[in-house]
Amino acid sequence: MTMNTDITSSLSAIGYLADPQLAVALQLALDLQRPLLLEGEAGVGKTETAKALAQVLGTNLIRLQCYEGLDSTAAIYEWNYQKQLLAIRAREHDAVSAESIEKHIFSEDFLLKRPLLEAISQEQSPVLLIDEIDRADEEFEAYLLEILSEFQISIPELGTVHATAKPQVILTSNGTRELSDALRRRCLYTYVEFPDHKRELDIVLARLPGIERELANQLTGFVQQLRKEDLEKKPGIAETLDWAAAITGLGITALSDDLDKVTASLICLLKTEPDIKSVTREVVSRLAGKAA
Amino acid sequence: MATATHQNKTTPLTGRIVGFIDHLRINGYKVGTQESRIVVEHLGRRPPAALSHIRQELKILLACGKEEWQNFDDLFEAYWQTSGRRRDMAQKTASPDIRKPPKQTPIWQNHFDDGTSGSGKDTPQIETEAGKDVSGEATGRLVAANTSVLQKTDLKNIVDPDEIRAAEALALRLASAMRYRLSRRHQPSRHGSRIDLRRTIRAALPCGGEPIDLYRRCVPHRPVHILLFLDVSGSMKHYSRFFLQFAKGMVCSWIHTDAYIFHTRLIRVTDAVRDKNSARAMTRLALMAEGFGGGTRLGDSLATFNRHYAKRAVNSRTVAIIVSDGYDTGTPENLASELARMKKRVRKLVWLNPLLGWQNYQPVTAAMQAAQPHIDHFAAANTLESVAQLEPHLAAM
Repeated sequence: MTMNTDITSSLSAIGYLADPQLAVALQLALDLQRPLLLEGEAGVGKTETAKALAQVLGTNLIRLQCYEGLDSTAAIYEWNYQKQLLAIRAREHDAVSAESIEKHIFSEDFLLKRPLLEAISQEQSPVLLIDEIDRADEEFEAYLLEILSEFQISIPELGTVHATAKPQVILTSNGTRELSDALRRRCLYTYVEFPDHKRELDIVLARLPGIERELANQLTGFVQQLRKEDLEKKPGIAETLDWAAAITGLGITALSDDLDKVTASLICLLKTEPDIKSVTREVVSRLAGKAA
Repeated sequence: MATATHQNKTTPLTGRIVGFIDHLRINGYKVGTQESRIVVEHLGRRPPAALSHIRQELKILLACGKEEWQNFDDLFEAYWQTSGRRRDMAQKTASPDIRKPPKQTPIWQNHFDDGTSGSGKDTPQIETEAGKDVSGEATGRLVAANTSVLQKTDLKNIVDPDEIRAAEALALRLASAMRYRLSRRHQPSRHGSRIDLRRTIRAALPCGGEPIDLYRRCVPHRPVHILLFLDVSGSMKHYSRFFLQFAKGMVCSWIHTDAYIFHTRLIRVTDAVRDKNSARAMTRLALMAEGFGGGTRLGDSLATFNRHYAKRAVNSRTVAIIVSDGYDTGTPENLASELARMKKRVRKLVWLNPLLGWQNYQPVTAAMQAAQPHIDHFAAANTLESVAQLEPHLAAM
């Protein structure tokens, strides 16, 4: 319990206001030394969580951005082939045995560490963020399983590399693809929702200290209402912050003052054409009325 | 750790927690013994805390997926707040929160059983109706098909196990016709277009670094992803049995398929038809099919898909197949806009209309008219043969 309030307060000390459930999840992940899988819509602050955690723990954040076609050479390690070829050529006329050349060119000097290998060979245990794991394909998940459960990587030419310090792993997923049960079972799971009004207001106030409280209240209320509308892409927290900055930049002090400007500034929140078309001036005035 | 576990085993709390995990398993959670051990150890190690806090922790430890995350609180309350009951309560599924009925009636088998089914009180409407129609008035409407040839039997008359098997085989053939799409990932191959530097250099080592054998890489074929939408409304009731079987064939084969049924609303049935325990699978399907044989709201159903499932279910290799007769009680504008939205996400949109095989049928309903501009391939699907004719079209996509 005390530990839990600790992490909440140390997170808020660095300006990250965690959802209570998420704070419990982070604490559990730290206590049990298990990876944490965060799922939720884009823009609810999943990646930000990992960054904040690294900051709180005072460690490095190593980030692996997943994409379709990501494979072991881009995620784990790769030999520096050009350098190896040069080394072979350079020693061609020396009287060195083939074994010693082989030993030389398959040493760590010739190894290019990619994020996963980097993460397990750190002195101090880092936070490893595997971002948007659902974008990588199924084959890549299989690589991850070994690393997540054993924290070791086998390199045929070098042998098995064991973790010097266990990284704290955070995986994020937008749910564009169903993840395998094997992967899910190895992780603690949390579904991250959009923040409620109060928490979003706190976030805006924490991130934009110059904003007036009443305006921030209206803004967040408006965004909360907007998320209830039938949109293709709901605005995330980052969008709210952008928009709040835009509104203050435009010199608007209350949403109902200048509806045209507010409607025009919605490009900060709405990112698809049908969404922009569906939120007309009338809708804006209705939502602003509800928010006020 | 082992001793801690051992000590814990004797406490009543441990028993209750194991019972709770059992309760979750019955409700479809995939919790292994390892997870149970971690939970028991974790709770044994920490000082007692508020129930709400323990609930949060258990939720994080035991749920692994959005749906589980969302129904965890209900299950938690159902188990922990009916005091005085022991763990066998969960096994008897007496809790109102357990959604599967205690008796698992083998409904699927009856689906094709020539209408002898439907005796049970909680069997779905379709069976009784379907049975009646196969023998009854519906046969008179058979126009396009030649009843003597198996492949040309109108699908609504298919009840024979052999024909059902043929339906499954056909599903497999169609699936394999659409099997491959290109990928950006590389894999070793003898005749690939690119040189695999890693393996080449490894092989060059014995020759002192002279790359004599060149190893190559190529782009592998990626299986296509199929979305199947089955209309199970009243107007489609003669065909829905066959197409459910077709869906089962597609989902159970190696290809990546997502199946949905819709009438007035849309329900994802992939997991239900994939379930290896067929009795349980069919019970689930029966529950899902409540409202089978009612009206159709095509536009709303597709809207549900676009809003809730599309992000997860669709990628650039997706082919959507909609099986419907196009009799829609919703507005055509709604249908058209939802189809347009879906068209943007999927690679191809195929519409199979069983009525199209009937003589003199013209797709003139407002819904069909509205839908046609968005469809890549529009075909009849009232006989096995007509469905089989799709194969070359799908292969070309």
